[in-house]
Amino acid sequence: MTKKVNKFLLYVFLVIGAFLSFFPLYWMFVMATNPNHVINQIPPAIVPGDKLSENFSNVLNHIDFFGAMLNSLIVSSVTTIGVLFICSLAGFAFAKLHFKGRDKLFLVVLVTMMIPPQLGLIPQYFIITKLGWLNDLKAVIIPGMINAFGIFWMRQYIKEAVPDELIESAKIDGCGLFRTYWNIVVPSILPAFATLGILTFMFMWNDFLWPLTVLKDEEVYTIQIAIRTLQDAYVKDYGMILSGTFWSTLPLIVVFLVFNKLFISSLTQGAVKQ
Amino acid sequence: MVPQSKAKALNMKYSIAKRLTEKQKTSIAGYLFISPFFLLFAVFGAFPMIFSFYLAFQKWNGFGEMTFVGFQNFNFIFIDPVFWKSIYNTVIIGLLGTVPQLIAALILAVILNSVLVKMKSFFRVAYFVPNVTSIVAVAIVFTVIFNEHQSGIVNATLGLFGLSPVNWQTSEWGVKIAIATMIFWRWVGYNSIIFLAGLQSIPKELYEAAEMDGAKKWQQFLFITVPMLKPIIIFVVFTATIGSLQIFAEPLIFSGSGFREESITIVLYLWREAFSNNAFGTASATAVSLFLLIIAFSVINVLMSNRLGKTGNIRG
Repeated sequence: MTKKVNKFLLYVFLVIGAFLSFFPLYWMFVMATNPNHVINQIPPAIVPGDKLSENFSNVLNHIDFFGAMLNSLIVSSVTTIGVLFICSLAGFAFAKLHFKGRDKLFLVVLVTMMIPPQLGLIPQYFIITKLGWLNDLKAVIIPGMINAFGIFWMRQYIKEAVPDELIESAKIDGCGLFRTYWNIVVPSILPAFATLGILTFMFMWNDFLWPLTVLKDEEVYTIQIAIRTLQDAYVKDYGMILSGTFWSTLPLIVVFLVFNKLFISSLTQGAVKQ
Repeated sequence: MVPQSKAKALNMKYSIAKRLTEKQKTSIAGYLFISPFFLLFAVFGAFPMIFSFYLAFQKWNGFGEMTFVGFQNFNFIFIDPVFWKSIYNTVIIGLLGTVPQLIAALILAVILNSVLVKMKSFFRVAYFVPNVTSIVAVAIVFTVIFNEHQSGIVNATLGLFGLSPVNWQTSEWGVKIAIATMIFWRWVGYNSIIFLAGLQSIPKELYEAAEMDGAKKWQQFLFITVPMLKPIIIFVVFTATIGSLQIFAEPLIFSGSGFREESITIVLYLWREAFSNNAFGTASATAVSLFLLIIAFSVINVLMSNRLGKTGNIRG
């Protein structure tokens, strides 16, 4: 009997939690489909309305929504590819190649993880200005490729996943080290690519402070910067603001729901395994 | 026999030479393979960080001459009440956003780990969704949820219970609670799944043995679960602390670019000094102060986790 009551209470707790978890997203949709006066009435609307396309066309009048989505896609994917290449190559060197000072250099990589990124923010901004990269997606992409955690992650993975004998035999076959990396290491670390890829992509897609600092021109706005500007209007049209927010959020949520196992394990693995 | 041994010696010499070049080749490849990271880090990481320390002692508006001013930038921010307010705000928002959140995450993880619960994967996904939502989207939607008017959904809910509406956007605690709620919502599920992974790695035999010794559920939780989860708890608290000190997007979006005093955080103060006041010297002094503050908090974290370890040992 008490077991049944307990079970019931646990479910009540979990269901309320799940409801609170989804509610802001649902409410985003409710507001994205309602006119402003319905949103501002008392009590507020809690069911979707019929202004779905009207609110979204208002968004398109205010910001270049699809352009900003494309910019975010470019920034996130190019950075992710760069990070995967740079980190796996360095991870391979740190895991399998013997050279002087290797372990000390790896320690340096680890130490750089501890430094807060805001410390260098201002000089970084001026370096970008000096390079003429202000209002250029490069300003976000190139510094984004620095990922010490990625090197750490790849080194651990390659150490376990790629046997030394395999590398030795490639060497005997006269395979150069870069070819060994490309033909032997890369195919055996695809799961690590998935993990680090998702982590990097999500981080870059959601990044705000740095793009806000170096992307001042509407043409190069990422989606995060673009939807923020929706708020700046003098008269706040919440239907429009939340429409932009909702449609910018939806694609990633859908991808997450489809690949939820892979996403959850990727995003938490770094924490669990450290 | 003589030529043969000579040949052997030659052969050995040849192979040593070959091995040496092989070794050198490996070294060169090693340095080449790690060089992209170090080159990028030198330009966009190490140099800016070091230069921040230099700038902290200069007066500079971003384009004119720099002038050395000694500790003047630090004096300036240390007598500025808003600087201290920003530290206070950061710490309070951080505490409000993480302490209840981590406790809730741990409870949630224990429930999800219970044998009684089915549909675990559904709940895992449900609780993880907020973490996939961008901070900007979260901040925008909560800005509307915590609307000051009676039509704001939180105020409307308070009204259902006969409570009067709260000035979420302009009152000292209203702003902080609203921002802390955003942090809570976005991270509670994430951290509970990390705790859950930790719980699943605790051997079941420990609980069975405790059960046989007559230990109650709460005793099992306190003397088995918490000590076994220690490394993960330390990690989560550590990242949450560092993350809290860097809060920026939520207050900027919630309170607008006016940098309201109820919600200005350290990074926001830094940002205001640099890009709104063009005072890059004091902004850098703020960056250096933030860096030192993060080190201080990390040391406190390490000391506390060491103590936690000791008490655990005495009990265990």
